[in-house]
Amino acid sequence: MLNISGLHYRHGKRLILDNIDLQVGAGEIVGLVGPNGAGKSTLLKCINRINRVMPSQHARMTLAGDNLQDMSRRNLARAIAYVPQHTGPAMSLRVADMIALGRAPHRTWNSGERDHRIVLDAIERLKLQELALRPYDELSGGERQRVLLARALVQQGRLLLLDEPTSDLDLHHQLEAMTAAREIADAQGSGVLIAIHDLALAARFADRLVMLREGRVVAQGHWREVLTPQHIEAVYGVSARIGSDGDIPYVIPLRTP
Amino acid sequence: MKMDIPAPTLMQSLQRHQRRNALAMIAGVALLIAAMALAGSLGAQKLGMATSLRALFAPLLPVAWLNDIPAWQISLLQQLRLPRIVMAVVAGAGLALAGVAMQGITRNPLVSPYTVGISPAAAFGASLAILSGATGVAGAWSGLYLTVAAAFASAVLCATLVLAFSALRGVSATMLVLGGVGLTYLFSALTASVQFVATEQQLAAIVQWTFGSLNGSTWNEVAVAGGVLLLGAPLLQWHAWALNAFAAGGDDIAASLGFAVGRVRTVVTVVAVMITAAVVSFTGVIGFVGLVAPHIARLLIGGDHRWLLPFSAIVGALLVLLSDMAGRLLFAPVIIPVGIVVAYVGVPLFLHLLLSSRHKAGL
Repeated sequence: MLNISGLHYRHGKRLILDNIDLQVGAGEIVGLVGPNGAGKSTLLKCINRINRVMPSQHARMTLAGDNLQDMSRRNLARAIAYVPQHTGPAMSLRVADMIALGRAPHRTWNSGERDHRIVLDAIERLKLQELALRPYDELSGGERQRVLLARALVQQGRLLLLDEPTSDLDLHHQLEAMTAAREIADAQGSGVLIAIHDLALAARFADRLVMLREGRVVAQGHWREVLTPQHIEAVYGVSARIGSDGDIPYVIPLRTP
Repeated sequence: MKMDIPAPTLMQSLQRHQRRNALAMIAGVALLIAAMALAGSLGAQKLGMATSLRALFAPLLPVAWLNDIPAWQISLLQQLRLPRIVMAVVAGAGLALAGVAMQGITRNPLVSPYTVGISPAAAFGASLAILSGATGVAGAWSGLYLTVAAAFASAVLCATLVLAFSALRGVSATMLVLGGVGLTYLFSALTASVQFVATEQQLAAIVQWTFGSLNGSTWNEVAVAGGVLLLGAPLLQWHAWALNAFAAGGDDIAASLGFAVGRVRTVVTVVAVMITAAVVSFTGVIGFVGLVAPHIARLLIGGDHRWLLPFSAIVGALLVLLSDMAGRLLFAPVIIPVGIVVAYVGVPLFLHLLLSSRHKAGL
């Protein structure tokens, strides 16, 4: 579905992404892992054109056959939902307003009723009924994450981009956020691309992992192929032991060399 | 004893919320009309509220309805009081709308038409015109228009600088705000320089202008400022969703929700700037409304711009109108300029709302 080949991205003189090839299938969750500064967030922003990729750089990026570079902003927003890493205050917007914004790219003069129903469904699915009329700024980190996921859900994109959805959350909310991502992938058949630091969590919920270092793909595939002591040593400079409990993996970092 | 009242469904509580907002809006409009009627009835000559209300809606009413009002009352209202009252409403609504729009687009609650330098720029233009002796040389009337024109030109110049700055690649909302703060200081310094070299009479005129006052408002002035407001307000309302998106997460989020970030920012900023320039050129600097009316409105009905824009306009209009009324009546026959009174009325109100709903403000 999402098909990227030969993506380069420069910021000033610095090459941030170097010849990225990446696929995400329908209903598939792909975990994007790698150290700080590897280019994970940048890659997500290039896919939905928040970062402008120059046409001369011969990148091919297609979503279900459509060239992402040629799509209008609005069509792009209909196809791709994005949940950023940090969201600051929302200037007194209420939770329901925040979620309703996901319908913005779909809105037409007579879509009000339908949009409203979709928003209500999402609020119920992510168990936000109690919070619907509260100002977003009052919520805890875990609740905010759920609101942003609900907004992404009502955007009904074929592709969902999540940037560190679990970084500020406790164990309970980490599982909740990742489960919600899984549900979105299953319910809408959307492809999900998640940039994430927690290797064990990534491996547990993603169908496939892509490991980045300094803007290049180092390894990709099932977590058993990607999360090897050799890769972790090479990418993070940390020796680690990797084990699993059934199919649930764990990573124990041992020491920096 | 505990009663088992079924909790309202989500749909019901959302609908109740919408109804509450609609009621707040209706109450605001009613309050504004009542305040306009009251302002019309009070003054050196007391008139009836009903008379004042009818004079207010005179263009919409059959002539027969106005027959019983003495002619001198009609002309007192229509020539003197109503232009001032309508100007207060236009100025308050316009500055508040410009404030909401700028706060939303920059996602910064500290921004107002004043902080991006437009009002100080208008003050500089006006003081330059006063310094050049326009009022003395060409007669009071054309001098007055020259002052207005200079204020307007200077405000637009400042706005162009702000816009050009924000159109540069990679300029963030924060930089736009800081750039505006820079311009504010620049124009304040320029005004101070003009004051430094001005004669005593010119100095008095400049200081008078910077107070912000509705003295001598005419229908012509109302028509210009009101016309710009009537053109601009629907444009801002049209961008209410986009403003929500900017408020929700800034440029990146607005883009990812399908809004053309650059175009929206340009349109909203141009409209906000034009409204501000049109108002302050006539009234002088009324500083506090554009900052505070949006906050009062936000505390009362929340941050959804579909409601927030019109409600802020109502709050701003009420704030300026009531302040001007107070300034006119409290120490009559001395009239205290509205720019001064508005702070005395608005700040306590603002602080009260802020402290009583700290948790809601997210500050």
